[in-house]
Amino acid sequence: MNFKKKLLASIIGTAMAGVALAPLAASAETLRVGYAADVETLDVHEQLSGGVLRFSHMSFDPLVRWTKDFQFEPRLATAWEQVDDTHMRLTLREGVTFHSGNEFTAKDVVWTLERLKESPDYRAIFEPIESVEAIDDYTVEITTTEPYPLLLNLATYVFPMDSEFYTGETENGGDKAEIVKAGNSFASRNVSGTGPFIVTDRRQGVRVDFERFEDYWDTESPGNVSRIILTPIAENASRVAALLSGGVDFIDAVPPNDLDRIREADGVDLIEIAGTRIIGFQLNEARVEAFQDPRVRQAVDLAINQEGIVDRLMRGFATPAGQFSPAGYSGHNPDLVPRYDLERAQELMAEAGYEDGFSVDMIAPNNRYVNDAQIAQAVANMLSRINIDVNLRTMPLAQYWPEYDTRQSDIAMLGWHSDTEDTANFFQYLSFCIDEESGVGQYNYGDYCNEEIDALVTAADSETDLEKRGEMLREAEAMLYEDVGFITLHWQNLGYAARENVNIDPVVNAIDFPYLGDLVIER
Amino acid sequence: MIAFLIKRLMHAIVVMFVISVLAFAIQDNLGDPVQQMVGQSVPESEREALRERLGLNDPFLVQYGRFAKNALQGDFGYSYFYREPALEVIARHLPATLELVFAATLLIVVFSVPVGVYSAIKPRSPISRFFMGASIIGISIPVFLTAIVLIQIFAIGVTVTLFPDNTAWGAWLNSALSTQGNMPSFGRGYDLVHVAGHWDTNLASWDGIRHLVLPAISLASIMLPLFIRLIRAEMMEVLQSEYVKYARAKGISMRRVYFVHALKNTMLPVITVGGVQIGTMVAYTILTETVFQWPGMGLMFLDAINRADIPLIVTYLMVVGIIFVVTNTIVDLIYGLVNPTVKLTGKPA
Repeated sequence: MNFKKKLLASIIGTAMAGVALAPLAASAETLRVGYAADVETLDVHEQLSGGVLRFSHMSFDPLVRWTKDFQFEPRLATAWEQVDDTHMRLTLREGVTFHSGNEFTAKDVVWTLERLKESPDYRAIFEPIESVEAIDDYTVEITTTEPYPLLLNLATYVFPMDSEFYTGETENGGDKAEIVKAGNSFASRNVSGTGPFIVTDRRQGVRVDFERFEDYWDTESPGNVSRIILTPIAENASRVAALLSGGVDFIDAVPPNDLDRIREADGVDLIEIAGTRIIGFQLNEARVEAFQDPRVRQAVDLAINQEGIVDRLMRGFATPAGQFSPAGYSGHNPDLVPRYDLERAQELMAEAGYEDGFSVDMIAPNNRYVNDAQIAQAVANMLSRINIDVNLRTMPLAQYWPEYDTRQSDIAMLGWHSDTEDTANFFQYLSFCIDEESGVGQYNYGDYCNEEIDALVTAADSETDLEKRGEMLREAEAMLYEDVGFITLHWQNLGYAARENVNIDPVVNAIDFPYLGDLVIER
Repeated sequence: MIAFLIKRLMHAIVVMFVISVLAFAIQDNLGDPVQQMVGQSVPESEREALRERLGLNDPFLVQYGRFAKNALQGDFGYSYFYREPALEVIARHLPATLELVFAATLLIVVFSVPVGVYSAIKPRSPISRFFMGASIIGISIPVFLTAIVLIQIFAIGVTVTLFPDNTAWGAWLNSALSTQGNMPSFGRGYDLVHVAGHWDTNLASWDGIRHLVLPAISLASIMLPLFIRLIRAEMMEVLQSEYVKYARAKGISMRRVYFVHALKNTMLPVITVGGVQIGTMVAYTILTETVFQWPGMGLMFLDAINRADIPLIVTYLMVVGIIFVVTNTIVDLIYGLVNPTVKLTGKPA
């Protein structure tokens, strides 16, 4: 009898759980976020990654930050002035306090920049900066080795850290300032920034809890989020389900296959933003002689139907590209558009003497970019029409990069986002003649080399007249377009979705770092 | 008994050794962990320095030797991603998985025994036929599909507009078939109760239990049909045996015959299979936990593979190996208790 009663009780219990009961009541100011990626570490200099930079914008403030249309917005630096070709003076904001209660002054900026120059991930980017000096409590002067036009771009990566808080010895005698990759350092577990949110609890891989910093300097910010619970949800379907079921209020990286589902769902808004990550292919000239012929490279480019891929595979969730630079970048050249023309491609192959084609290997990741494996498959099919027979191998990310580094395949897929949000970066990493010593051309898989373009971009990079510089970079894009140094496909869009009372539109941007401090949740 | 335990301990050590060698041998195919730890623009020289510091450039035997030496002292290395000792990371994720497995086991026991027994006693009744048919479907649907369907129905909700909404019966059918969907679809919820150490429990709060329901059902969905069929088959066999017929002939009430005499003997093989299956269930949690973002060992393991977090992968495999050995040992011990004629060491008494 007893057994039966228990059985009955548990059946009823299970059934009851399925009905009624309101979802977890959330006060209007609590924001539950489901991001695809976790915050790898709390030390903002340990790893240059999307997760860490997003976190940086929550618990720290940059000197300046990007607006939606790629302008600079003053944050901890209120004004900047180019003193001469190699010196820039920044005026800092007064009355800013760190989470620890320490006051923010010029010494923190100097300390942070010096630490950045020690960081393995940032060292290369901050190479142009020679030294930093505090002129007074609220003025710093940055000296560059050569005239350098992108100092403000770098300033978007400078999130001043609380120098007093991060100085000294830990309990077991370590240095608090130490940057340890994948290690247990003080800075990777403790935070004191100036940002709008304080980390109150963190269980790596499970959730991070934030609470609004009461003494936050930006009292004009409309942001009213008082508490954030950030849950990493890597699985696409689960992330979308979490939003649709009301488990979270805001998600990033909406997968193209779920766009319609979210558009049609009640009470949920979708925001699409043209992204800045270029997706493309590199032809390995070191392995395939035919690719050394510009006509063959052009034929490959002409044979690929970028717009078809964007329409069908990406469901419109990307912008077809004929160059590296997305709109908004200084080097974006509006004349360079995709030029799909199969007949011309076949002619070019015949002209180059490869009418009968040849066969090549191609590698692509299958879990890195949106629909990466399918895109590679589509491109392989398109190339077969100019008689290039492609043997495609796709693999997960963890195996793809080691494979990519060996350069033992004929065509490779690559996506690239410019860390400086600037055109020159694309060239330096993807198309510059490989130079082991200086490290340029690190991702030039195809061993492509065009010294003219390199010289032009290098000259642009020490041109402080930004207008002139932009012109030079647009010219470089045109030259690369002509010479087909990189097969561009598209810029991946960014998709965010939120409940309709969460007003994300003003705070999300193409750089993919939502400024949650300014987020407004309507009641 | 003691001889048996010592023997099992020896087994465990051999299993550990084999797993660790295998896990170490495949690590080259898991990818390059350094790639995941640095930004895209980090020069090769920095990567090389990091590889050197992590000891990834050493030959296989040197790396294994270093690992084995530390492992013998209880140090299984540092997870690259969590920046903590791997064993600590697993200890933190273990309670979530065990609670999920416990809840699923509970569901299985609660449903499989009565249903199995019923369909053995009344094999021809329509209800039995229904359960047998349903169990075939249950076995054939992969667990992640079950999970996604459960989420759609109970977490997101379905709106049915199949029937004409302007007629009373159509509107009624539509609303009867539509679901509200307000069950949580991911995670363990925000209302966990701390028990001890790394153990926060879902079982002590209403919100926690609500979070547990869907993952537990989908995890149970694979094993439940199996056990229903197993119990039914065993029970039917036992019901044919002489002692049951004799008990019946003696005039003992049928309820007593079924639930005391027959069921006891039915449970013997069920315990054996069940023990092995609990181990398998730990493996199935990988799928369930991924879909439900349940922060247990399964999700942790899948992430570790994606990140090529080698120390964590090796340690996880060893811990799961231990779990298998321990559950099997416990099953054998219970078996001995339930059926004293079984001798653990296999020697004549």
